[in-house]
Amino acid sequence: MSETQPAAGGQNDPAPAGGPDDERIKEIGGLRQWLIRPELGGIVGVITVFIFFGFLAGDSGMFNPQGILNWSQVSAQFMIIAVGACMLMVAGEFDLSVGSMIGFAGISIAMFGVVWGLPMWIAILITFVICTAIGAINGLIVVRTGLPSFIVTLAFLFILRGFTIFIPQTVESRTIIGGIEDAAEGDWLASIFSADIMQWLFVLMAEWGWIDTFTRGTREGEPVVTGIPMLIVWALILVVVGHTILTRTRYGNWIFAAGGDAQAARYVGVPVDRVKISMFMVTAFCSTIFACCQVFEFGTAAADRGILKEFEAIIAVVIGGALLTGGYGSVVGAALGAIIFGVVQQGLFFAGVENSLFRVFLGVILLFAVILNTYVRRIITGER
Amino acid sequence: MSDPIVKMVDIKKHFGPVIALNGVSFDVKAGECHCLLGDNGAGKSTFIKTMSGVHKPTSGEIMFEGSRMNFNSPRDAMEAGIATVYQDLAMIPLMSVTRNFWMGREPKKGLFIDFDKANSTTMSEMKKMGINLRSPDQAVGTLSGGERQTVAIARAVYFGAKVLILDEPTSALGVRQTSNVLATVDRVRKAGIGVVFITHNVRHAMAVGDRFTVLNRGQTLGTAARGEITPEELQDLMAGGQEMAQLEGSLGGTV
Ligand SMILES: Nc1ncnc2c1ncn2[C@@H]1O[C@H](COP(=O)(O)OP(=O)(O)O)[C@@H](O)[C@H]1O
Ligand SMILES: [Mg+2]
Repeated sequence: MSETQPAAGGQNDPAPAGGPDDERIKEIGGLRQWLIRPELGGIVGVITVFIFFGFLAGDSGMFNPQGILNWSQVSAQFMIIAVGACMLMVAGEFDLSVGSMIGFAGISIAMFGVVWGLPMWIAILITFVICTAIGAINGLIVVRTGLPSFIVTLAFLFILRGFTIFIPQTVESRTIIGGIEDAAEGDWLASIFSADIMQWLFVLMAEWGWIDTFTRGTREGEPVVTGIPMLIVWALILVVVGHTILTRTRYGNWIFAAGGDAQAARYVGVPVDRVKISMFMVTAFCSTIFACCQVFEFGTAAADRGILKEFEAIIAVVIGGALLTGGYGSVVGAALGAIIFGVVQQGLFFAGVENSLFRVFLGVILLFAVILNTYVRRIITGER
Repeated sequence: MSDPIVKMVDIKKHFGPVIALNGVSFDVKAGECHCLLGDNGAGKSTFIKTMSGVHKPTSGEIMFEGSRMNFNSPRDAMEAGIATVYQDLAMIPLMSVTRNFWMGREPKKGLFIDFDKANSTTMSEMKKMGINLRSPDQAVGTLSGGERQTVAIARAVYFGAKVLILDEPTSALGVRQTSNVLATVDRVRKAGIGVVFITHNVRHAMAVGDRFTVLNRGQTLGTAARGEITPEELQDLMAGGQEMAQLEGSLGGTV
């Protein structure tokens, strides 16, 4: 929200008319004021997981350059889909088709770019157009029918996953398509999803001895971390752009309004339907970026990619302080939620703990976050 | 007196088989407060929603400043200068006073909302209405019912409303908040704005009204000016007959 400004004139001015004391807003203490920031849960959570894994896995290499790169990449993946899910949830809707969309977009790129032999950049652009169009269809159905987005996007979860398996299975008789690396070789658009940037900095840091270098093999002498993956760059760009739109622009105000009270927003002329549909498109767009980064990193597309990602995105958003009922939330909070996920998932790995415990963690933290958010909502709206 | 700003002639509105309005005529002039009274379900909300562009009348004419108008959306009516504070949905509780105040017409500085201007204007406009906000970031949900009404009214006035429609602004309020809202209505009227004040409380109407129109089962029985009608007569008209008068008699005139 905007910067706090002192009340003009100060509170001791005699009110020109009306405004007796019992009409005034009760003083909200500094602590409470801070408590209702949506990012609070995320900040506390991030600090907690860093301290926790600092003790549990501090000497396992989790916090050396390779380790940091590792959990940063995982966090960045969560972040990319959490940004879309957050903006959509603030607008009052859900998208359960995020995971299926990730699988679908990956297969789409592979089909157009490898199987059907189009230049990779065209395959990527076609995929973005198809996927955001599907997002728009999701939104249109929700807005036109008035059905809960939960049901509509659940249908698309199955529809998209079905096509994602059906198409490569029918055309190619397989559901994993490789050869993407070769097809993307030298492609300008593919490289903005797969390149490592600021490599010079890492070479320098290796020279200064800040980071290790390979001591054997073909890459002998090169730094172990070659640069910042575009995956992370994309995540940061999406967070900054999403946060700015949501908190600073007119459109962001309308997103909050559409989720806060659609009818009240319509009465003052906010194009609620358009806002909601566009947020479904943003979610689909983020899923497609996720798919691009994944496909060009792995060099393969597989029909089973992205399963359960919709829930991970939603949980990150809720940890970030967003209300499931819409109208309240923060992209920065969602990004913190994503960092918590990345650190915990990889931290368990570094600490040598059974990975299935990650799911237990997800469930527990989701419960905590929702309970906290409900409490925060009561403070904001003054409900009892 | 001056010509009416808005004049509604023989408005009918059907919702499928339901006849919500069956020929209602009504007008409002600059600087007056015209009260629309009626019991629950009489059609008051439906009537003002046709005035503010939410519903299209099934038949009848809407004249705005002398010419025939056809509002296709609330936005059209707003742009013409008809502002409405709805009974149920005036504000978005989770959002700040500033964000609510400017909703739909946020001031821009480049690509972004000009929060300096938005915040300071909100504070000063609320002050004019007699409410000192502690902070423009305060969520509307933490304001009292009367304060919320006042934010909505201040917003309408600031954006140059010529006609301000208030749908039962006092029905959910306590005594003190009610008198604040009535004082605000008086202030708005003195600024030359035509106020349409909807209520089912005769005393609230009598406190600020210049003219009174009673709606009963989708119809009106005409309009009376202040001084031409007593509260008891208004109450009778609203009840649509004698029962209420008898009941009132037995309760000692306290209804
Ligand atoms: N959208 C609608 N569809 C069908 N009937 C409606 C609709 N809106 C109002 N009505 C009916 O019109 C009548 C008048 O309602 P309303 O204008 O809300 O009354 P009031 O505001 O005077 O209490 C009621 O019988 C109500 O059920
Ligand atoms: Mg009503």
